[in-house]
Amino acid sequence: MASLRNCLGRSFVALILLFMSHALSASQQSYDDGVEALTSAKLKKVAVGVQLLIDSKHADSQSILSALLDGKLFRHKKEKTLVQVIDETDEGKTVVFLSDPSRTELITKKRAIKRVPLNNNLRRDIRGFLAAQNIQNEDSSVRSAAIQSLLKGADENSLRVMQEQRKVEQDKDVLFLLDTAIALDTLEKGNTEQKLQAITVLEESLEPDVRNALQVYADKNEDPVSAAASKALDKIAEKADFYSVLETIFFGLSLGSVLVLAAIGLAITFGVMGCINMAHGELIMIGAYTTYVIQLLMPNSIGASIIVAIPAAFVVSGLVGIAIERGVIQFLKGRPLETLLATFGISLVLQQAVRTIFSPLNRSVETPEWMSGSIDINPIFSITLNRLYIILFCLAVFALLFFILKKTVLGLQVRAVSQNRDMARAMGVRSEWVDALTFGLGSGVAGVAGVALSQLTNVGPNLGQSYIIDSFMVVVFGGVGNLWGTLVAGMSLGVANKLLEPMSGAVLAKILVLIFIILFIQKKPRGLFPQKGRAAEA
Amino acid sequence: MISSIQTDNNVVFDKATKIFLGVLAALTFLVIICNTMFEAGSALYIPTYTVTLLGKYLTFALLAVAVDLIWGYLGILSLGHGAFFALGGYAMGMYLMRQIGDRGVYGDPVLPDFMVFLNWSELPWFWHGFDQFWFAALMVVVAPGVLAFVFGWLAFRSRVTGVYLSIITQALTFALMLAFYRNEMGFGGNNGLTDFKDILGFDLQSDVTRLTLFGLSALALACGYIACRFIVTSKLGRLAMAIRDAESRTRFIGYKVENFKLWIWTFSAALAGIAGALYVPQVGIINPNEFSPLNSIELVVWVALGGRATLYGAVVGAIFVNYAKTYFTGVLPEVWLFALGGLFVVTTIFLPKGVAGLMARKEAAA
Amino acid sequence: MSDMFTGYIDAVRHKDRVFDFIQPMDNPKLNVDKGCILYLEDVSVSFDGFKAINDLNLYINEGELRCIIGPNGAGKTTMMDIITGKTRPDTGSVYFGQNINLLNMDEPEIAESGIGRKFQKPTVFEELSVFENLELAMAGNKSVVGTLLAKLSGEQLDLIDETLTLIGLKDESIKRAGSLSHGQKQWLEIGMLIMQKPRLLLVDEPVAGMTHQEMDRTAELLISLEGKHSVVVVEHDMDFVRSIARTVTVLHQGSVLAEGSMDEVQNNPKVKEVYLGE
Repeated sequence: MASLRNCLGRSFVALILLFMSHALSASQQSYDDGVEALTSAKLKKVAVGVQLLIDSKHADSQSILSALLDGKLFRHKKEKTLVQVIDETDEGKTVVFLSDPSRTELITKKRAIKRVPLNNNLRRDIRGFLAAQNIQNEDSSVRSAAIQSLLKGADENSLRVMQEQRKVEQDKDVLFLLDTAIALDTLEKGNTEQKLQAITVLEESLEPDVRNALQVYADKNEDPVSAAASKALDKIAEKADFYSVLETIFFGLSLGSVLVLAAIGLAITFGVMGCINMAHGELIMIGAYTTYVIQLLMPNSIGASIIVAIPAAFVVSGLVGIAIERGVIQFLKGRPLETLLATFGISLVLQQAVRTIFSPLNRSVETPEWMSGSIDINPIFSITLNRLYIILFCLAVFALLFFILKKTVLGLQVRAVSQNRDMARAMGVRSEWVDALTFGLGSGVAGVAGVALSQLTNVGPNLGQSYIIDSFMVVVFGGVGNLWGTLVAGMSLGVANKLLEPMSGAVLAKILVLIFIILFIQKKPRGLFPQKGRAAEA
Repeated sequence: MISSIQTDNNVVFDKATKIFLGVLAALTFLVIICNTMFEAGSALYIPTYTVTLLGKYLTFALLAVAVDLIWGYLGILSLGHGAFFALGGYAMGMYLMRQIGDRGVYGDPVLPDFMVFLNWSELPWFWHGFDQFWFAALMVVVAPGVLAFVFGWLAFRSRVTGVYLSIITQALTFALMLAFYRNEMGFGGNNGLTDFKDILGFDLQSDVTRLTLFGLSALALACGYIACRFIVTSKLGRLAMAIRDAESRTRFIGYKVENFKLWIWTFSAALAGIAGALYVPQVGIINPNEFSPLNSIELVVWVALGGRATLYGAVVGAIFVNYAKTYFTGVLPEVWLFALGGLFVVTTIFLPKGVAGLMARKEAAA
Repeated sequence: MSDMFTGYIDAVRHKDRVFDFIQPMDNPKLNVDKGCILYLEDVSVSFDGFKAINDLNLYINEGELRCIIGPNGAGKTTMMDIITGKTRPDTGSVYFGQNINLLNMDEPEIAESGIGRKFQKPTVFEELSVFENLELAMAGNKSVVGTLLAKLSGEQLDLIDETLTLIGLKDESIKRAGSLSHGQKQWLEIGMLIMQKPRLLLVDEPVAGMTHQEMDRTAELLISLEGKHSVVVVEHDMDFVRSIARTVTVLHQGSVLAEGSMDEVQNNPKVKEVYLGE
């Protein structure tokens, strides 16, 4: 019994092997013929070769055909064999031999090789073949990319593949893309009823190609299809508008996050100590330069350097801030206007110091890989990762500060000093310490903001200056001494700025926002969230 | 007994004012004589280049006096007074542009070069009238005056004070800078207004015109100084100091503080405008950089260094800092910002009353 | 305080017009036909949920000298802030005479209509001389041009001179106000109040930091103002209040707890409980 099964099993395996070797040899045969045909200079023969390669279903067909499509496949005249260009410099082209992938040669003479000729029909065939290969790929992202590339117009072959794939497709997004692609084809070739049917599918899609196709029909005079097409277009436009507003708001929030990051340190020092720190922008700049230096120190791990830079920038800027507080500001207690001037002087010194140490030129900080790229929500709306991270980072910093001020002993003392300095001192709070630590905290947060900014713009000596006025506007708009006010003010100013930009241009948008704040302060001198009570009036 | 109360405080021409005006007049004549009576090469010769430089300092001094009036006496720290200076300068610059006529690069009889370059076909409405000197001269005062009036009316009425006010004055000049950088504004964008030829028919490059402009700057400084003295020695001046020291108290004795602030503020802005108008023909250019917040805050330190609420301190501070700036940026450009930054810190911590306060203290000790 | 003191006060009270140069300025718009110069009705104000003034009703008669007492936080200063326009009440109405609605006016307008105020913490213009402080407070043209071109007339100089004598600062007239002692500043502020020629004076803790002699003089002054002027005095010093007061109002938690003569108030059980009887 066992031996019988064994025997059967063995013969079965043998059968399969036999079949495969046959298939293999047939495939190999037509592949080799195809490659041979491609070495011809005649287009007709090349066409036969391409067809042979497509039919061969050989594993290497795909790479050779895509090289052909990209114009990288050449015929080596002397050796009468196919080569593929892998590098191209002023000296010449480096080619690799298809027959022996380990063999390369530098071609200096232009005449030594000749590009394999191609025409548009062939290109379409190859694209169709490649797409069909991809349409049935295991990876759904490869499938959807392939279908997307076919939306401009699919050949019979790909259409057939897509229809087959549609029956087995599990992924909802890919399924929808398949429907769209098939409907586009129907729109072109079907009868009126089918066309109308197709439009009901297409109006759900946001693909630019779909819109172009519908536009063509809307412009034609072919009722009722044209009417339906324009109606569908309206529906799509409505959706597109929605997403573009969504995108603007997203941009606005990310700008707002930058503003909040830049302003929140200022809000702390201004709110608690009542002093204006004009060097705040330079503390941001120092944070950005810290990021730059850390990247220089660890050139091989850019991704990790950003993470290291956050605490480093906090410490560096925080220490500089404490030095400023101990060295200058403590001597100017109760003289806010003089503090403003003195800290402005410090900002000039810090700027010049950076110019002297690093050079007046801008430095660029590399963005780590995990921060670049984007998440595509749909064809017209995608979220860029670095903006998303800035928003998340801003919220995290905000939450942390909120926690420190509300839940820690330092926070309690800071709030006590900010509400009634004399009373707090009488209660045994060492207000000088609290001042120094508060200033250090605010400055450290400025440094952290600098790390974030280094990911968005170039790092230069004037980095801080460009943010200082904006930061003040956020603090003043939100109401001094109120973290929530700073958050709301920063975010709303960011969004307002981005909403105005398309209408008026970036510079005018900024001017309008400034004018708005100037007018707003006239109406509500204490900002959005004012502190109330008798103490606030003093 | 009561008349003994009428001390120097209440006299326009007190000792310090007499000394200041005397020194100003003497130096002005000295410079004019040294420039005209001596030949180049003589040890006493002052080249016209230096005369123009001194003329520039004098316009800065007038600007500083305007700032001292509102900061020293009224307690408003403006971080945007450069804007009024620049507006006065632009008004004068527009007149000088129109005077170029068809001598520009493109030879258009009406349109300034930059408008031709931007393919504009006609003059924007706000450029009309600037071919007349009287109109431009009026605008030198009116443009900054109206801006100051509107801004002040909004700000003082809603009782924006202290650092808040300082910050929004800074925002004002920042917004104006951004606006003037735009070509669409019609003020020459980035490059501003330049390549002037002549003023009232006199060649701007000639020595006589330059000497006259220097003399006029000295005269404007003297007149502005006396006008400010007149204000600060009047009851209005004492009220300004009362507002500076205890604003709400002055309300409770029946003064509409916002009106007083508004008029002194507007006067100060107009004075700054005049300074700007004299500055532009001497340096030969006005561009949006004059609106930069840095300029405005720098001029505050002139006043702080010289000593607030003295008027002459502002003049001394302006001339000293600008001389130092000219010297340093020529010899050690990278040291200048260190020096200026240090000056801010040292002045505020060690010289709260400026050089004038230091001298007064020495006098009292002697 | 001693009976002697009270007797002295009575003597002053019956003497007519001790300081005859102190005359209120006439405000033609002010209507006091009903004999009442200040009305506060149903006034409430709260700061962040804390009710500083709670349904306060207070009437001051024309020519009356009224003392207001109450524990800390009773709303005395806030009440003065409301009358002088510094704080806006959430609800209620405040009238000066029958017809002048103080809630529609800002501080300078209220001051010009005839209400003067002395602050709890004396605030004078420290950088100006004593003379200049009085000059600025003086009733007259308070416009911008008016002050720019102002010249003191002989009459005005006399007025300042007399006031200087009254407040005992004649020898200090060219001194910086900032260099005065606390008591002298109090006097200077009272002098400034007089220079304004108000019809209604709101006096917040006038004798804090004063010697007994100075207190006597202050009492003398306030009593002499009675009749022509209406005076509201907020004071903690009970002896002083007893010496000058005819009617006393007790504030507690932002509203009137009791009103009457000093004796009545002192015997009021509610007052005893919250304030005097401790």
